[in-house]
Amino acid sequence: MAVGLEHYLILSAVLFSIGLYGVLAKRNVVVMLMCIEIMLNAVNITLVAFSRYVVPLLLTGQIFAIFVIVVAAAEAAVGIAIIIAIYRNRESVDVDKFDLMKW
Amino acid sequence: MFDLVFWILAVIAVGAALAVVVIRDVFRAALCLILLFFIVAGIYITLHADFLAAVQILVYVGAISILIIVAIMLTRDVWQGSPSGKLRIPAMVVSLLLLGTLAFSAINTPWNVSDVPPLEPTTAAIGINLFGEGGFILPVEIAAVLLLAAVLGAIVLVREK
Repeated sequence: MAVGLEHYLILSAVLFSIGLYGVLAKRNVVVMLMCIEIMLNAVNITLVAFSRYVVPLLLTGQIFAIFVIVVAAAEAAVGIAIIIAIYRNRESVDVDKFDLMKW
Repeated sequence: MFDLVFWILAVIAVGAALAVVVIRDVFRAALCLILLFFIVAGIYITLHADFLAAVQILVYVGAISILIIVAIMLTRDVWQGSPSGKLRIPAMVVSLLLLGTLAFSAINTPWNVSDVPPLEPTTAAIGINLFGEGGFILPVEIAAVLLLAAVLGAIVLVREK
């Protein structure tokens, strides 16, 4: 069976679910950020696969993927700055201890 | 030939993603994440997206992975590992449900697949789409402002008082 659109969609669904599990289950903030990057990469694979198989000449999906990469870079920079700022205050990267804004 | 390459890359990608979630040593998890970024660039090449593969290597492997490793180095808890929280079982249920839903809808939707061979190389076409007439020039400028705001925000957040 030739590899088609569905294979790429299912691969990206698997990667997205693994990333979602990591974000929900992990306690280390840096690992959560890494799992968010996995999810963004999975979404990019979906966009590029749709661009390749549905509109091969328009490249719209690839342009969306470029903007997703831009937002991911901004998110990583700000996210890691926030992690370092919280680490300075609390001496921890454990999300269970980041309860400053919890009622 | 692309079929075999896709299967190899897909297996390594899923394995690397699982390793990021399973491995307790944060630094080794980050190395697996970098492997995953390389593999995703390979998957872009199998999709005839050569420009995006280069961007993936430059931005993810070159920049974001360095940021993550710097964050691991600065937060000295690196040898305490990354244990799972209390929500492990519900998180697994939620992500498996999501995976089932996504796979079901991906398989059962009649996608409108086009037979046209893909455009190659893509760099010139992407440039025309981004900056040309009727293209994405406004989002490009907004992205520039967003990056500037992100850099300023990161500097303000980590500045010593």
